[in-house]
Amino acid sequence: MNVILTAVIVLGAVGLIAAVVLFFVSKKFAVKEDPRIALVNEVLPGANCGGCGFPGCGGMASACVKAADSGSLEGLNCPVGGSAVMSQVASILGMEAAVSDPKVAVVRCNGSCENRPRIAEYDGLKTCRVVHSCGAGETGCGNGCLGCGDCVAACKFDAIHINPSTGIPEVDEEKCVACGACVKACPRNIIELRLKGKNNRRVWVGCVNQDKGPAAMKACKVSCIACGKCVKECKFDAIAIQGNVSYIDDEKCKACRACMKVCPRECIYDANFPKSIKEVMKAEAERKAAAEAKAKAEAEKSAAQNVTETKPKEKEE
Amino acid sequence: MRTFRIGGVHPEENKLSHEVATVPAELPKQAVFPLSQHIGAPAKPVVERGQEVKVGTLLAEAGGFVSAPIYSSVSGKVAKIDTVVDATGYRKPAIYINVVGDEWEESIDRSDKLETLAAHPELTPEEIINRVKVAGVTGMGGAGFPTFIKLTPPPTAKATCVIINAVECEPYITSDYRLMMEKSDEIIVGIDLLMKAVKVDKGYIGIECNKPKAIDLFKQKLASRPEIEVVPLQQRYPQGGEKQLVDAVIRRQVPAPPAIPVNVGAVVQNVGTAFAVYEAVMKHKPLFERYVTVTGKKIAHPGNFLVRMGTPMIQLIDACGGMPEGDNKLLAGGPMMGKALTSVEVPVCKGTNSVTVLSGDDAKRKAPQPCIRCAKCVSACPMGLEPYLLAKLSDKEEWGRLEKEMITSCIECGSCQFTCPAHRPLLDNIRIGKTTVMGIIRSRSAKK
Repeated sequence: MNVILTAVIVLGAVGLIAAVVLFFVSKKFAVKEDPRIALVNEVLPGANCGGCGFPGCGGMASACVKAADSGSLEGLNCPVGGSAVMSQVASILGMEAAVSDPKVAVVRCNGSCENRPRIAEYDGLKTCRVVHSCGAGETGCGNGCLGCGDCVAACKFDAIHINPSTGIPEVDEEKCVACGACVKACPRNIIELRLKGKNNRRVWVGCVNQDKGPAAMKACKVSCIACGKCVKECKFDAIAIQGNVSYIDDEKCKACRACMKVCPRECIYDANFPKSIKEVMKAEAERKAAAEAKAKAEAEKSAAQNVTETKPKEKEE
Repeated sequence: MRTFRIGGVHPEENKLSHEVATVPAELPKQAVFPLSQHIGAPAKPVVERGQEVKVGTLLAEAGGFVSAPIYSSVSGKVAKIDTVVDATGYRKPAIYINVVGDEWEESIDRSDKLETLAAHPELTPEEIINRVKVAGVTGMGGAGFPTFIKLTPPPTAKATCVIINAVECEPYITSDYRLMMEKSDEIIVGIDLLMKAVKVDKGYIGIECNKPKAIDLFKQKLASRPEIEVVPLQQRYPQGGEKQLVDAVIRRQVPAPPAIPVNVGAVVQNVGTAFAVYEAVMKHKPLFERYVTVTGKKIAHPGNFLVRMGTPMIQLIDACGGMPEGDNKLLAGGPMMGKALTSVEVPVCKGTNSVTVLSGDDAKRKAPQPCIRCAKCVSACPMGLEPYLLAKLSDKEEWGRLEKEMITSCIECGSCQFTCPAHRPLLDNIRIGKTTVMGIIRSRSAKK
C-alpha cells in the first residue's frame, strides 16, 4: 500500500512540476499567428497548385495578410478561385480586391500529323524535356509541339489532354484554372496564359516557329511565316512580329477577327465565336456577290430604260 | 597492358574501313558553314552576300574568348547568310558558298615538304599558340573545344606532359587511324609543337592495341626520341575520354569538376588536333578540311575521306554507294557518343570524325524493362557513379540530391545504357538531370 502511495505522490509531483514548467514555457515561446491567416486560408480553394506563385494556399494566405498590412492586395491573385475568392479575401482583410481578368491556357501549335510531316523517328525516352534537349524532334519544326505530354502530367486539374488524332494537347476551358503549371512544364514555351476575353471569345496566333518564311513553310502547313499581313490589317495595333512570329497582344485585341481573314497560312485561331471565320467570310462573300449582282441588275435596268427612252426619239426622227 | 582503372565496356569494334586508304572527297556544289562548330560563343560573319572567297579566306571571326574563327574550305561566291539544320537538329546561322573552281589563298603552303621544329627557331610558345588560335583549330575528337585555351593552362596548374589521344575507342571510326598511318611525320612535328607550346619535355601517345600497325610505325619513328613515348593500351571504351586516358597513361586520377586534366599535369590533345596544329603553324593552313570515316554495315564501300568542311553528308554517303534501303539511323560520330541526325544535308564540321549509318536492328532501341538492381551500370561507369540512381533521381526531379551524387562528373559516355540488360534509357534521364543541375550551379554562382 505504502509503495502505491509513494508512486502516486512522486508521479503526481513530477506531473505538477512539468505542468507548471510547460505552462510558463508555452507562454514564453508562444508563436503568435495572425488569426486572419486561418480565415483567409479557409476561403482559398485548397488546391495547393502553386499557381499564385506561393507554396500552396497556406503560403498565399500569409502573403495576403502581409500585403494587407502593408496596404494593398495588388499583384496577388488566386487563379483557381478567381475574382470571387479574391473579393472574399479582401472583405476578410477589410481591403478592396484588385480585379484581374480571368485567363486560360492556350496551346500555340497545330502541328498535327497532317499539317507537319514527320521526317524522323524518335526512339528515346518519351518526355518532351528529353526530346527537346537532344534535338528538334520528329519533325522539321524546331519550335513546335513534341506531343509527349509533359503538360498533361503537370496539370493537377485534368484540364489538358493530348488529342489522339492530332497528337497535340487540347485545353478543357471549363476545367483550366490558369495556374500555369503546363506553361512551366513545356520546354518549348508553346503554352501561354491568355485573357479569356469578352464572352470567352479570343483570338491567337497558333504558331511559335521562329524560322524564316521558306523554312517555316516547308516544316508545317499551318506555320506563321511572318508575312505581316495581319499586322497591317489590325486596326487596334495589337499585333506585332517578334522573332519571325506574329504575336497578338491579348490586352489590346478586340477579337474582331480581321487578321484571320487575311492570314494566308490560316494559323490564327479563335474560340467561342458563334460562327467560324470561314462561315463569316462565305456569308460576306455571298452578301457582296448579291449586292454586286443587284447593282449590276439595276445598272442593266437603268441602261435598258435609257434605251427605251432613247428609242422612241429615234423613231420620231 | 595498361588501361583506366574504373569501369568501362568493350563494344563490338566493327572497324570496317580500317585498311581503306584515304581519298580526297569531291568538292561540293554548295558548301555550308555553321557559325557554331565549337564549344563556346558562335563566330561572327565577316563576309557579305556576293563576296568572292578563296580556299582559306576568313568567313567568320571568333565571337568571344571561348570561340574560334571559321575559314572557307572552297573558293566561290557567298550565296547567302541564312540558317541550316545542324547536328543538333535545330536551325542555326550559317554561311552558304556557291563553289566555283578551287583557288587557294596564297599564304597557304601547299607543298608536301616536311617542316621540322628544329628548322624554325623563331617559333616561341606564344607564337605557336597564337598561330593555332588564328587558324581556328578546335579539338578534332568531337567535342570541339578551342585548342588555344587548352594550351594556356590556368596559373594555378602546371603542365608536366602532353598526352596525345590516338585511342579511337569508338566502334566503326577509323579516321584517326588512317591519319596516323598516312601522316605520321607531320603528327610527330605537331606533338613537338604542342610540347613546346605548353613548355614541357615529355609526351605520350596512347594507342589502343587493336591498331598494331600504328603502334609499330610510331615506335619505329620515335626510336631515337625517348622524350615521346608510345603507350599501347588495352581496348576499352571510353578510353578516349580525357580523364580515362590520363589515368591509363600516367596513372593519375583527375578530381571531380571543376578540375581538368591539367590540374594533374596533363594536357590531352587528339591526334587529329596534333596534325591540325602542324598544318596551322608550319603551313599557315587554317582548319578547313579533316579526315572523315563513312561507315556502316549496310554501306556498300565504307571508306575514309579527306573532306572539305561544309560538304553535305549525303554527298559522302553517295560516294560510298548511297544510303541503304529501309529505315536507317544517321550519326555524326560513332554509335556510342555520336549524335543522331534528322537530315542528310547536315554539313561536315570541325568535330565530325565520322558519318555512321546504322541499319535494321542496330538502329532501333529495345523496349525498356524494369530495373532489376543488377548494378551492371555501376560497374561499367568509368567515373565511379551510380547511373541507376542518377536516372531515378533525375526522373523524380531531385536536383539537390543529384548534385550531391556528383552528376556533374558524368561524361555522358553511355556505358551504363550500353551495358543495361533491361535496356533502360539511363543516359536520357541522366543527361537532363546533368543539364538542369549545371544550370542551377551556374545561376547560383552568378548570384554570388
